[in-house]
Amino acid sequence: MSVADTSYTPKGRALPQRQPLAKVIDSVTFSVIVYAVIVGGIVWLSYSGAQAMGYNWQWYRIPKYFYTVTEDGFQWGEISIGLVKTLTLSSLAFALAVIMGLIVALLRLSGLVICTAVSIGFLELVRNIPLLVLLYLFYYVLGPIFGFDRYWASILCLAVFHSVLISEILRAAINAVAKGQWEAATSIGMSRGQAYRYIILPQSVRFMLPPMTGEAVHMVKSSAIVSVIAVAELTTIGRNIISDTYMSFEIWFTIAAVYMAVTLILSVGVSFVEKRYAVDT
Amino acid sequence: MSRDRPIITFDNVDKFYGDFHALKNISIHVREGERMVVCGPSGSGKSTLIRCINGLEFHNSGVLTVDGVEVYADSKHIFRLRQEVGMVFQQFNLFPHLTVLENLTIGPIKVRKVSPSEAERTARKYLERVRIPEQADKYPSALSGGQQQRVAIARSLCMESRIMLFDEPTSALDPEMINEVLDVMVELADTGMTMVVVTHEMGFARKVADTMVFMDEGEIVETAPPETFFTNPASSRCRAFLDQILDH
Repeated sequence: MSVADTSYTPKGRALPQRQPLAKVIDSVTFSVIVYAVIVGGIVWLSYSGAQAMGYNWQWYRIPKYFYTVTEDGFQWGEISIGLVKTLTLSSLAFALAVIMGLIVALLRLSGLVICTAVSIGFLELVRNIPLLVLLYLFYYVLGPIFGFDRYWASILCLAVFHSVLISEILRAAINAVAKGQWEAATSIGMSRGQAYRYIILPQSVRFMLPPMTGEAVHMVKSSAIVSVIAVAELTTIGRNIISDTYMSFEIWFTIAAVYMAVTLILSVGVSFVEKRYAVDT
Repeated sequence: MSRDRPIITFDNVDKFYGDFHALKNISIHVREGERMVVCGPSGSGKSTLIRCINGLEFHNSGVLTVDGVEVYADSKHIFRLRQEVGMVFQQFNLFPHLTVLENLTIGPIKVRKVSPSEAERTARKYLERVRIPEQADKYPSALSGGQQQRVAIARSLCMESRIMLFDEPTSALDPEMINEVLDVMVELADTGMTMVVVTHEMGFARKVADTMVFMDEGEIVETAPPETFFTNPASSRCRAFLDQILDH
């Protein structure tokens, strides 16, 4: 009699039956109910709190900050313009950060004492300064010295800050490629550069994609900090609107939702790319 | 060209890994067209010996020359040399992100600067030689171990190497796949290729070797033609080793 035979019933002790209560607690419906109760509770508390302090909700005034359609035609609103600024700022900074991160990682992996020392020095320097202080350094110290404005100060600052994190991601991803790949590339006469370019880096992409997505999301979020030097991106726009309208609740909820939408879209997009690079070894 | 011309020469070569003395005063030469089989217990320095030949490892003292060119870490000839010397690894080390055909052509195209169409022609010729022309467009992960190792052999052949090194080419294979790889190697030996093979396949060694080398603890203990090596080895260490691996 085979094990898979369904007519087979084990003799001896019966398996313990699950308690009805445990079944209910494990069910999806129950989870959804608990989730709804918690979220609902928070919303209700905030709402009733706002009511109690006499807050005047004015959600109807929000859409015009995204876009307006008047007799002059369609026009983008301030939040949309701020979002575009945030996206260009973050993507420029991210591109720069990847280039710098790759250089730092390759210096670190070069095996040459001086290069390793330079990259570790850079790493420790940047990693041990808070982002806000780094931004002040770039804007108030390096900016006047090298003559760049607040926009470039913020891009460079974000790039430098994230290049350190990215270099560690790249280093780990490069090291994750099997040593035998180096040997095979070397033994067909490839130079170090050729081996990196044709063999090692293409294979390390799949190791770096998940943490790099995290970094891209992190970049979009940390770009909000440049509002302290008044670069006109999403967060700065939010503050400006509030100082004009006093709608702090609605605006901050909206700004938070916009950031969330951007980062979620980013994560979903990359998970598609990840599938493409999912080569099994 | 004379078959007696030494193409690989080790002259008092020593190699250390930290304090570990991996190669002890190795002096040996391989003639052009010679098939040398190196055997010995694990950790005896066989792999280190052949990895020094194409500069995957560098020796610490003594002189090692390949085709008249000295091998050392900062030699500017090292890339040129590695093109002359093909290497087949125990773990195949195919490039998993490239198809079989791309695995074979990337070296010629990027390193030897051969045109892509010519590289592809050469690649298909050698795939034919190792009897897997139909697998050209697959990725290595879709192939069996034996097929992967044959692709690896073809990859080295595509570089038009004059010397082929084999580092335990069948040790990672399932038993039923060993012969398909050995057959390809026997055919290769018949073409007159200079081969240095680290292996425990004594049947193969008997069939193709011109010279048998036995290593133990970093030393070359015995060098002999296969007839004497298998029937009447001079050293007791070698005899003990052969008894162990031939006993079953």
